[in-house]
Amino acid sequence: MRRAGCIEMMYPELEDKLVVTIMGACAQELYNLGHRDNFFYLQHAMGLASSIGLGLATHLPRERVIVLDGDGSVLMNLGTFATLARYRPKNLVHVVFDNGSLLSTGGFTSHTTSGITDIAAIARGAGIEHAVGVSDVTAFGEAFVDALDRDDLSVIVAKVEPVGPDHYGMDLQLPENAFRFKRWIAERRRATGAAS
Amino acid sequence: MTVSYDNSKIIFDGIKAAGITSISALPETWLGLLLQRAEDDPEISLIQVCKEEEAIGIAAGAYFAGTPHVLLMQNHGFFGAINGIVSLAQLYHVPLCMLVALRGHWGEPYPWHTRGGIVTESVLRALGIPFEYARRPDDVAKQIREAYTFSQSSLSPVALLLTRDLMED
Repeated sequence: MRRAGCIEMMYPELEDKLVVTIMGACAQELYNLGHRDNFFYLQHAMGLASSIGLGLATHLPRERVIVLDGDGSVLMNLGTFATLARYRPKNLVHVVFDNGSLLSTGGFTSHTTSGITDIAAIARGAGIEHAVGVSDVTAFGEAFVDALDRDDLSVIVAKVEPVGPDHYGMDLQLPENAFRFKRWIAERRRATGAAS
Repeated sequence: MTVSYDNSKIIFDGIKAAGITSISALPETWLGLLLQRAEDDPEISLIQVCKEEEAIGIAAGAYFAGTPHVLLMQNHGFFGAINGIVSLAQLYHVPLCMLVALRGHWGEPYPWHTRGGIVTESVLRALGIPFEYARRPDDVAKQIREAYTFSQSSLSPVALLLTRDLMED
């Protein structure tokens, strides 16, 4: 299973949702499908994508928030699973693409490569009730649809191949991404009567 | 020495008077009474974190959502959050209003706090983070309001250092 294929499968569902991605390959693969102002690419600060997601989901309970994380990033902030479990935002889906590799920084193996470290088990152990591991496209698609249907915090750990896009680059400055993302949310709140 | 009940209340009231409705925090001794008030107040959304760097992400999410937010942490927690401050807040021009308990400074009896206290101001300067010291209960509400205002206008992290004079009786 390839991450790009998973993101492509998710893409039609992301049109009206707040999406936060980690750096590198994951961000690029989403961008390559077509940037939208409701996408925020965290091109650094590894580990904090799910924390941003928690901040968004807590303060915008009527929006759906999708975090696209990775094994290397989430291993830098394992406490996030405990914090997510404690506050349990019902409108957050946390997808962790586990390619067993620090792909964007040279492809060094991560701690999950050997199969010893199980991120879904860590999430469950932290207290997240709906945390599943999947390793094929059909199972991923089903898990994602289930997560969207479920009115509860969901974590999906998807085992993917350590491959990335053939090129990197975005016509989008980092602060510009933040400004447009914030404006998209503000405009949507205005349109919905600021009730969210 | 005990944590000041009266000044903890003054700080909490100052946070609310500044229009803040959301707080992220890692509990520590000086912030304990303040956080109890936040926890008990239905108008305040409080998220307690495992490590202070998480709070930088949460604060960014709150900012994008349009919710006024402050971060409460100890200076040692601030050190642990630096990559998030630099590579999320400063890089993307996301404001942060940080109230930082300044342990390990004048009058500090505990050796383990001292190195952190000694370098806090230098680290803030090196990062280009504007800061002020909060020493007097009469001034702190205004300082919180001004810290928040400045964070929003400069799109920058700012720090208000909560000193021993303010936090202990």
